[in-house]
Amino acid sequence: MTGSPVLRRTLAVLGVLVGVWLVVPTLIVVPLSFSGEDSFAFPPRSWGVQHYVTFFTEQSWLTALLVSLQLAVIVTVVATVLGTMAAFALARSRFRAKGAVDGLFLAPLIVPGIVVAVAMYAAFLGWGLIGTPTGFVVAHTVLALPFVTVNVTAALSGFDRTLERAAASLGASAWATFRSVTLPIIRPGVLAGALFAFVTSFDEVVVSMFLQSPNLQTLPVRMFTSVTNEVDPTIAAASTVVLVVSTALLGLASVTRRNRRHA
Amino acid sequence: MAVSTPPRRASRAPTEPGSARPPGRGRGLLARATLLLAVPAVVVLVVFFVVPALRLLWLSVTTPEPGLGNYTAILTDEVSLTVVLRTLGMAAIVTVVCLLVAYPYAYLMTIVSGRWRAVLLAVVLIPFWTSLMARTFAWVVLLQDNGLVNTVLGAVGIGPLRMLGTTAGVTVAMAQVMLPFVVLPVYTTMRGIDRKLVDAALSLGARPVAAFRQVYLPLSFPGVAAGATLVMVLSLGFYVTPSLVGSPQQSMLAQFISVQVNQLVNFGAAGALAVALLVVTLVLLGGVALLTRTRGTRSSAGAGVAGGLV
Repeated sequence: MTGSPVLRRTLAVLGVLVGVWLVVPTLIVVPLSFSGEDSFAFPPRSWGVQHYVTFFTEQSWLTALLVSLQLAVIVTVVATVLGTMAAFALARSRFRAKGAVDGLFLAPLIVPGIVVAVAMYAAFLGWGLIGTPTGFVVAHTVLALPFVTVNVTAALSGFDRTLERAAASLGASAWATFRSVTLPIIRPGVLAGALFAFVTSFDEVVVSMFLQSPNLQTLPVRMFTSVTNEVDPTIAAASTVVLVVSTALLGLASVTRRNRRHA
Repeated sequence: MAVSTPPRRASRAPTEPGSARPPGRGRGLLARATLLLAVPAVVVLVVFFVVPALRLLWLSVTTPEPGLGNYTAILTDEVSLTVVLRTLGMAAIVTVVCLLVAYPYAYLMTIVSGRWRAVLLAVVLIPFWTSLMARTFAWVVLLQDNGLVNTVLGAVGIGPLRMLGTTAGVTVAMAQVMLPFVVLPVYTTMRGIDRKLVDAALSLGARPVAAFRQVYLPLSFPGVAAGATLVMVLSLGFYVTPSLVGSPQQSMLAQFISVQVNQLVNFGAAGALAVALLVVTLVLLGGVALLTRTRGTRSSAGAGVAGGLV
C-alpha cells in the first residue's frame, strides 16, 4: 500500500499544495507591509516603509499597540502568578470536588469565544467594566489562566517530591523549599505558561471586540475595524508586527517546553 | 480580583487548626494551607467567568419575559432558523473539505522519511503559531477580485471568480484555519495502525483498494471522527474569519449573536443562542472524549488550543 509510485507522487503534489495553502496566507503580509503604495495590490509595484512609519506614529494605531502590549504584560504577570499557585495547590491535593475544579480551569478553553464574549459583555455592562482597563485585564486573565495551569501541571507531574522532603528534612521552610527547590525545576513549565498567556492576550479578538470602547481598543480590535471599515494598508504593517511578536514568543515557548522534556 | 481574595483567605484560615485531626495534624494542615493557593484563581474564574455564564443563562429564560420563548424562537423565527441552518451547512462543508485534504496529507506523513515528516508537521502547525487576525487579513487581501488567488486562477484559465463575501471564499479561509485540528488526530491514529494488517489483507489476495477500504479506513476512523468533530465544533462558533471574509448578508451564528447584542441589545435571544451553541459544543466534545478514551487516541489537546484560537 505504501508502494505505488503514482500514489506517492499524487500525495507529494497534494502535500506541496497544502503547504502553499497554509504558508502563503501566513507570510504574504510581510511583503505587503513593505509596499510603497496605498493599496493592497499584490505584488506591490514599489517598495517602502511608509506603512511602518504610519503604524508607529499615527495616534490610533500606536495607542492600540501600546494598550495591547501593556495589557499583555499585566495579564501575563497576573495569570502566571495565580495559575502557578493554583496548579501547585491542585497537584498537591486530593479532595472530592477536584474533578469539578480541574474542569473549571479548562472551561475557558472549551467554551466558544463568542459565548464567553457575550456572557462577559452582559455581566460587565452591569458592573461598569466595559471599556475599562480592569475589564480587559480580568477577561484576558480568565482566557490565559488555562494555558498557565496546563503547562505548570504538566511540569509538576514529572516532579520528584523526595527533593522537597529532603529540603524540608534539612530544615527549609515551606516557602524556602518552594523557591529554591520546586520553582527552579518547574520553571520551564511556568515560563511556557507565561508566554502562552502573553500571546493569548496579545492576539485575542472576539472578547476584546465586545469589551472595547472608542477610547480603549486593543491592537487586534483596531485591526478588525480597519478590515471592516477602511482600506488602510497600515494594517499590513500591524499584521507583520503581530505575526513576528506572537510567532517568536510561541517559538520560545515550544523551545522551553522541549528543554523541560529533555531535562 | 486582587481586592476580593485576601478577605476570603483571612476568613478561612482561622477555621483550619480546629478542623485538622490530631494524628495527621501537621500534614493535614499543610495540605489545607496549600489548597488555599488555588483560591485567588478560582475566585477570578468563578466571578468573571462562571457568574457571567450563569447570568446569561438566566437572561435567556427571563428576558424579555420568563419562559423558554427565546429557545423556541431559535427554530421558529425565520431569520434565526436560516442562520442556524446556514451555520450548520457551512460547518459541514468546512469539515468535509478539511477531511478530504487532511486524510491524504496525514497518510503522506506516515510514509515519508523522518525529516520530511518533520517538515510536513511544521507546515501544518503554522496556524497554531501565527496570529489569527493577521492571517484573516491576509485572506481578505488574497481573495479580493484582483487578488493573488484570482491572478493564479486566471493564469490557468479560470475566473476571475468572486471570492470575498462568498461561501467559497469563507470555506477556503476557514478550512485553512481548521486543518491542523484534523491532521493531528488523524495522523496520530494512522501512526498507531499496524501495517502488517494491510499486508496480510494484500497477501490474502485483496486488491489495494479493498485492503484500504476494509482494513485501513476502519482502523483510522477514530482519528477521523475526532478531527471532524473538532472542526465542526470550532466552525459552529467561529466569529473572526466569517465576519471579515464572508458577507454580512450571509452571516453565521457567531455574527448573528453579536448583532443581537450590539445592535438590537437583545440579551435574551443572544443568550439562548449562546447557550444552545455551548450545549452542542459540549455534547460533541463529550462524544469525542468518549470515543477517544475507548479507542485510545489523543486529540483533546487540540481542542484545548482551539478555544484560544477562535
